[in-house]
Amino acid sequence: MATVDDYIARIEGTCGKEKDVIVTFKYEKRDEAVKRIMEKSKLKKSLAGIIFELEFKKYSFRLYSSGKIVLRGLENKEELTRLLSGLLL
Amino acid sequence: MMFDPDEVRKDFPILKRKINNCPLIYFDNAATTQKPMQVINAIKDFYENHNANVHRAVYTLSQEASELYEQAHEEVSKFINAKGIEETIFVRGTTEAINLVAYSWGLHNLKEDDEVVVSLMEHHSNIVPWELISRMRGFKIRYVKVDKDGRLNYGSLEELVSKKTRMVCLSHVSNVTGVINDVKKVAKLAHEYGALMLVDGAQSVPHMPVDVKDLDMDFLAFSGHKMLGPTGIGVLYGKSDVLNRMEPFHGGGAMIKDVSFSNKTKRCSITWNVLPWKFEAGTPNVDGAVGLMEAVKYLGRLGMQNVKKHEEKLTSYALPRLKECSEKVEIYGPMDPSAKCGMIPFNVTGLSSHDVALFLDSYGIMVRSGFHCAQPLHEILDLNSSARVSFYVYNTMKEIDRFVEVVKEIGRF
Repeated sequence: MATVDDYIARIEGTCGKEKDVIVTFKYEKRDEAVKRIMEKSKLKKSLAGIIFELEFKKYSFRLYSSGKIVLRGLENKEELTRLLSGLLL
Repeated sequence: MMFDPDEVRKDFPILKRKINNCPLIYFDNAATTQKPMQVINAIKDFYENHNANVHRAVYTLSQEASELYEQAHEEVSKFINAKGIEETIFVRGTTEAINLVAYSWGLHNLKEDDEVVVSLMEHHSNIVPWELISRMRGFKIRYVKVDKDGRLNYGSLEELVSKKTRMVCLSHVSNVTGVINDVKKVAKLAHEYGALMLVDGAQSVPHMPVDVKDLDMDFLAFSGHKMLGPTGIGVLYGKSDVLNRMEPFHGGGAMIKDVSFSNKTKRCSITWNVLPWKFEAGTPNVDGAVGLMEAVKYLGRLGMQNVKKHEEKLTSYALPRLKECSEKVEIYGPMDPSAKCGMIPFNVTGLSSHDVALFLDSYGIMVRSGFHCAQPLHEILDLNSSARVSFYVYNTMKEIDRFVEVVKEIGRF
C-alpha cells in the first residue's frame, strides 16, 4: 500500500514567524503526485501551466508542475502529514 | 579595461547545464558562487599529485602540500593587502571567523560594564555569536539602527559608540540589500574610543577591492565559496598585534610549539605556535586552501576593480527594468547602484518569495528566497521574506533580460 513517503523527496521548513513548508516530490513520482493533487483539489487560478493555486478542504496552497508544493499556516508535522495523505493517497 | 563576461563564462562548466529544459541562469551568488575549471583542476591536481598532511613530516609529498598550504596563505594575504601570512588565518568560513573572535577575544576580554556595538543589518552570523558570549560574560550589545531604505543610520552609530564600547561589528556590504557601509569611517570612530572593529567581508571581498591597511579594521572575516573557491574554507584577517594578545580558539595539534608534562605540578605546560598556526588547530582543509588560492589568482587576473564595475553595470541595468516590468514588483534598498554591490531584494505582491523563486526555477533561473539569515533587517523593512538576485563575474545583461521577462509573467498571476 502506498504511503506519503513514497512520493516525497524532501520537506523544507523556512524560518521566521510565518513558516512556509516546501515539499518536493520524488522525480519519478512527480507527475503522478501533481496529477493526484490536481484531481483532488479545486483550482482557483493558474499561470503558464507552471503554478496552480488550489484549495483542498480548509487549505489554500500553491502547486508547481516542477513537482513542488508550498504550504502555509500548518501547526505541526502531524497536520502536514494528514494534509499530504489527503492529497496524495 | 572591462573584461568580457562571455569569455569568463567559458571557464565555468556548470553554466552549460540546463534546468527544467532552460539554460541555467545562476543569480544566487551572494549565497555561493560557481567554480571555474582553474579551481576545480587545482583541487584535482592536489589530490592526484601532492596530497599529504601538512607541517608534520619531512618526506617530499608533505613538504609539497605544506608549501601549497603556505602559498595559499600568502596569496590571500596579498589579495587583501595584509602585512603577511601571520595576519591571515584559515577557518571554515565567515561564521567560524566571527565565532573565533567572539570566543577567543570576547570571552577573555569582555566584562559586565562593557558594550559591543552591532548593526541591525547583520547576517545572523554576526549577531548570534555576540549574543551567546554576552549571556556568558554579561556585557551589553547595543544595536545600531538601519534606515527604511536599508542604509546604516550613522547618527545612531555615533550615539551608541562610547568609552564603554570594546568592539564594533559591521558588515562591509549587506547580504540583503547590497548596501556598502563606510567601514573606514566606522573603524576610525571605534578607534577614537579605544574599541576594536570587526568587519564581515563575506559580501565585499568577493566583489570589490578590499585593502585592510587602508580601511584599518582590526578583523575581517570572509568565505572562500562566495569568491569562486570551494566550500569549507574561509579567512579571518586580524592585526598581528591583536592576534598575538588573544587566546587560541581550538586546541590540538599544529597550534602548539611545546606541550610538556610536569611531574611537579602534574599538569601540562603549553606554549602556542606562532601566527597564523596558533589559530589553526588540527589537520587543516588543505585542498580547500589550494582551491581558494586558485580562486584568488583568478579574481586577481580579472582585476577586482573590473569585477566591481561589471556588477555595477549589471545592477544599473537590472534595477529600472525590474521596477518597471510589473506594478506588482517592489524593490528594497537603495536604487542608486553606486551605493551598493550587485544584489537586489524584491517581492511580487500576492506571492511569497518562495513562490517567486519556484516560478523562476521553472525557467532555470536560480534566486534566493526567505530571510537570507538577516531576520532583524527584514523586520525593519517590514517584510516576511524577500526574493534576492545577486550577480557575479559570469552574469550577463542577456540573463537579466530573461529574468525580467519571467518576473513580468509572474506579475500576471
